[in-house]
Amino acid sequence: MNTGTQQRLEDINQNYAERYGFHDPEDYFLKAPKGIDHELVEMISRKKNEPQWMSDLRHQALDIFRAKPMPTWGDTAMLGEIDFDNIHYYIKPKGEQTSDWNEVPEQIKKTFDRLGIPEAERKFLAGVTAQYESEVVYHSIRADLEKLGVLFMDMDSGLREHPEIVRKYFGTVIPTRDNKFSALNTAAWSGGSFIYVPKGVKVEVPLQAYFRINAENMGQFERTLIIADEGSSVHYIEGCTAPTYSSDSLHSAVVELIAMKGARIRYTTIQNWSTNVFNLVTKRAHAHQDAVVEWVDGNLGSKLTMKYPAIVLKGERAHGEVLSIAFAGHGQHQDAGAKMIHAAPNTTSRIVSKSISKDDGRSSYRGMVKITKGAHGCKTSVECDALLIGEHARSDTYPTMDVAESDVSVEHEARVSKVGEEQLFYLQCRGLDPDKARLMIVNGFIEPFVKELPMEYAVELNRLIELEMEGSVG
Amino acid sequence: MNSNGDAVFSCRDLRVFVGDKAIVKGVDLEVRAGEKHALMGPNGSGKSTLANALMGHPSYRVEGEIRLGGERIDHLPPHERARRGMFLGFQYPVAVPGVSVANFLRAAVSARRGADVPVREFRQQMQAAFAELQVPKDFVSRYLNDGFSGGEKKRLEILQMLMLAPTFALLDETDSGLDIDALKVVAEGVNKAAGPATGVLMVTHYQRILNYMKPDRVHVFMGGRIVRAGGPELAHELEARGYDWIAREVGLEPAAAAAEGSRT
Repeated sequence: MNTGTQQRLEDINQNYAERYGFHDPEDYFLKAPKGIDHELVEMISRKKNEPQWMSDLRHQALDIFRAKPMPTWGDTAMLGEIDFDNIHYYIKPKGEQTSDWNEVPEQIKKTFDRLGIPEAERKFLAGVTAQYESEVVYHSIRADLEKLGVLFMDMDSGLREHPEIVRKYFGTVIPTRDNKFSALNTAAWSGGSFIYVPKGVKVEVPLQAYFRINAENMGQFERTLIIADEGSSVHYIEGCTAPTYSSDSLHSAVVELIAMKGARIRYTTIQNWSTNVFNLVTKRAHAHQDAVVEWVDGNLGSKLTMKYPAIVLKGERAHGEVLSIAFAGHGQHQDAGAKMIHAAPNTTSRIVSKSISKDDGRSSYRGMVKITKGAHGCKTSVECDALLIGEHARSDTYPTMDVAESDVSVEHEARVSKVGEEQLFYLQCRGLDPDKARLMIVNGFIEPFVKELPMEYAVELNRLIELEMEGSVG
Repeated sequence: MNSNGDAVFSCRDLRVFVGDKAIVKGVDLEVRAGEKHALMGPNGSGKSTLANALMGHPSYRVEGEIRLGGERIDHLPPHERARRGMFLGFQYPVAVPGVSVANFLRAAVSARRGADVPVREFRQQMQAAFAELQVPKDFVSRYLNDGFSGGEKKRLEILQMLMLAPTFALLDETDSGLDIDALKVVAEGVNKAAGPATGVLMVTHYQRILNYMKPDRVHVFMGGRIVRAGGPELAHELEARGYDWIAREVGLEPAAAAAEGSRT
C-alpha cells in the first residue's frame, strides 16, 4: 500500500448496500422457475444448442448431485440452511452477448458502470467478460492477443467454437463426482470463462471476468477452463458482487486450470458477494513439468464460503502457490484453505493463508498437503495467520499433512493474534483515533496479500476492508 | 535555561492505580517551554507507569490533574493528547508489521496537524528529518519497528518526535540499550526538539544521557513519589552514589523503593 492508496482510502466512506447491494428491476428474457430437475437441465442444454455429449454429461451430473449427501464436515449447520428448491437455476437476461458496451441493455450497462468494469477495462485489462445472472452479456479481448491466437470467451461460446478443446479437457481436472457441488455445477453450468493461451505466448496484461448476481434466490453456476500451453503465461482476475437480500442465493462455480510444461497461470479472485450468498466453489489446477500455478484468493463477502483452491503438481519441478485472505464479519463464515498434491519429484509449494475475524465472524483454514510415494525432493511450506478483532470472533485451523517420502522439506506455522492493545496504544499515541489505528493494523496484516494484487485491486481491497472495519469495536 | 515562562505541561497530585493498588502516589510536576527535565529513579520504581499514565494508557486509573498548555487533558484519550501536542517516546516501541514507516509517519503527521499533509510537503519534511538524524533512507519502506534493532527503534522514536513537533515530549527510557553513538543521536534529537516552544521530560534510570542533553531540572522518583528535586548536579550525585542513600534519607527501604512498580 503506498501513500496514494492511503489517501484514497480516507476519501471513501460508503457501505456495501449503497455500492454493491443495489439491484436492477427484473427484466429477463427467461427466468426458470425455482428448483432443478431433468426437465430444466434439458431446457438449459437445448437453449444453448449443445452437443449431445454435454447434454448427457449434465443429466448424469444431476443424478450424481442428487445421490451425493451433503458434506459432513465444515459448517454443516449453515450448509443445512440451503434450500435447493428455493433457487432459480437459470436466468437469461435480455439482449445478446456483445463486445460493445453501448449494445448492452441500458440497465445492465448502468450496473456494470457503477461497478467500474468498463473503466477498469479501458485502464488496465487485456480482455473482459461480464456475466449477469446466468449469461455473459459483454465480452472483449484486445486485438493483438486475438492475433496471437489467444482464446478468451465465455464457456458457452468456447463449447460452440472450440468443441474439440473443451471436450478434451472439460471435467478432467475436476470430475463431476468430485463433490456434491461440482456435480451440481456440471448439471446446471452456464457462463464462466474459456481461455486458451498458445505455446510460448505471454499475456502480460490481466484478463478479467466479473460476475454479478441480480435476482433474489439466484443460483449462479459459472464454469471456467483455462489452458496455458507450453511456455505460455496468463493472469486471470475475477470479481463478484450481488445485491443484499433477506433470503439466500447460491454461487457454485467449478474452475479448472491446466498449466502445460513450463507454463504459468496466476488466478486472482476478489470475492465480495453479499452476505446472503452461499459460495461453494471447487477450484483445481494441474501443473505439469516446470509449470507454475498461483491462486491468489481473497474472500470478503458471502454468508458461507467453502473453497480450497488446489494444485496437483504433476510434473517434475512444478511449483504451486496459494495465497489467500479471508475476512469474516458479522454472521459470516469463511471456511477456506488450500490443497497441494505433490505427485512428482522436486516439486515445490507454498501456502500463505491470512484470516481476519471480527464481531461474531468465523474463519477456518482447512488445508491439505500431500506428498505421494515417489515424489522425492519436494519442498513445501504452510503459513497460517489469523487475526481476531473483538471477544466473539473465532478462528480455527484444520491442517492435514500426508507425506509418503522422507527426503522432503515440510514447514508448517500457524499463528493466531489479536489486534493488540499495545499496538493500538502506540498508534493512538501518534494521534490516530482507535478506528484508524485498527484499520492500519489490519491493512498491515493483509499487506503481504495486497502487494500481490495489481495496483487497482489493491486499492479496491483496502477500501473494502475499510468498509468492513467501520465502527468495529475491538 | 531558556525558559520563556509558560508551563507546557503540569500535573498535580497525580495518582495512578492498577486495580486498587496505587503505583504513583501523588506527583506534582511542571515543565515550562524550553526546559528539559529528567525524571530519574531505580528500576521498578514505577517510572514507566507514570509515563504511560500521563499519556492515557487504558490499563490505568488516574486521579489528579494533568494539563497541557494550561488545558486539562486527564479525561482525554491518548490520540487527543497526541493531537494537542503531547508526545510519548516508548521504551519498547511496538512493531506493526505490514505498515510502512512512510505511511505511518504521514498518518501521524496528518493527525497531529488536523489535516492531510500534501505528499510532496510530507516527503520533504521526512527527508529533512532523516538527514538530520542520519537515519538510513531504506527506513521509509520498512515495516514499522518490525525487525528493527533496539537502536533503530529509538532513532525512529526521536525522528517521530522531530516530525510531530510536540509542545511536550515525554521520553520513557529512550536512552536504554543504546551504544554511545546512538545515545548521542538521541540526545541531539532531544536538544533539537526542546526548542523555545517545547518542554521535554526524560524518564531514565541512567545519568549517561544527561551528559549530552543537560537537563535544567532533575527529579528523583521513588516509591511512587518525587522525593528529591534539584539541578543537574543531582544527576551526577546519583551516578556517583546510586539511589540507596536517597531511599534511606527519605525513609524508604531501598528494596521498597523499587518493589512497587509493575511496568518498568
